[in-house]
Amino acid sequence: MTDAAFSADRMFVLAVLSMALFTYALRAGGYWIMGRLPITPRVRRGLESLPGAIIVSTVLPIVLQGGLAVGLCLVVAAAVQVRLRKEYVAVFAAAAAAAGLRAAGL
Amino acid sequence: MPEKNVTLSLKGCVRGAMMCVPVFPGIIALGAVFGTVAAQKGLTFLETLMINSLVFAGASQFVAMEVYDDPLTWGTLVAMVGVTGAVNMRMLLIGASLRPWLGKVPAYKTYPALYLLTDLNWLLALSEYGKGERDWGIYLGSGLIVWSVWSLSVIPGYFAGSLISDPKAFGLDVVLPAFFAALLVPLWKGRRQTVSWLAAGVVAALTWYLVGGYWSIFTGALAGAFAGAYLDD
Repeated sequence: MTDAAFSADRMFVLAVLSMALFTYALRAGGYWIMGRLPITPRVRRGLESLPGAIIVSTVLPIVLQGGLAVGLCLVVAAAVQVRLRKEYVAVFAAAAAAAGLRAAGL
Repeated sequence: MPEKNVTLSLKGCVRGAMMCVPVFPGIIALGAVFGTVAAQKGLTFLETLMINSLVFAGASQFVAMEVYDDPLTWGTLVAMVGVTGAVNMRMLLIGASLRPWLGKVPAYKTYPALYLLTDLNWLLALSEYGKGERDWGIYLGSGLIVWSVWSLSVIPGYFAGSLISDPKAFGLDVVLPAFFAALLVPLWKGRRQTVSWLAAGVVAALTWYLVGGYWSIFTGALAGAFAGAYLDD
């Protein structure tokens, strides 16, 4: 009965724990290092630039991979946000646009 | 500029959690797809719950499942841990950027809370920080709700793989990127952001073309941070 729903392979558990530990080390590691470095105005500016830089670096490859339809949806989201500053409307509009574009075969 | 005190309140936690509601469909769809992938790969239910809730890092879980093979050898195990680390390398940076805020909170509170760090609750929290918010319940509450929704969403996907047969048809795959794009809008202040985002975009696109995978997030983020840091007003 090794395949019962509530069993777990010992090697797999080890793999999961290692992955979780490594990921936690990354989650906490950057924070820890910054506690040991002086936060100069330059470092602060760099950290403040991170959110935008991470969004751009995350979203751009998704657009490059997803093509025109995904790109258009994100333009819709950004445009709605510029006008209304309501994230949930922006997200809903983008999802609706994606559903529509795909139904149209784009 | 007088610095406000860093606080933690239940009200802040609830507000942080509520801010995540628009992306629930995206999280649930992604979690359900992961459950389906895990079931197809032959993971037991318990194994699926473990990897999903303990690792708690969507993209890296998918990549690790690409590498996974049954029976699991030491070589595969090391490869799974390696790709997880590569995909999650950006967390070093996003964790670092929380220091000016959470650094004022005792370590015994922040280090457990950093377990809940994801791009999503980090972006939400920092965009509130930019507006002057200092209640770190925004971060904690959003982290807890995202973890809970993510942990539960895998269950229907595991047992009913075809529940959402094609998330794309409903536009569910654009929910998270669209949310990120929306969060980007209020972050723009002027020339520093323009330059920083261009640097991030160029480096991320180049990395994506040349190397592929998830390295582009890390390299693009670093490029954008350096550009922002070295552009003097």
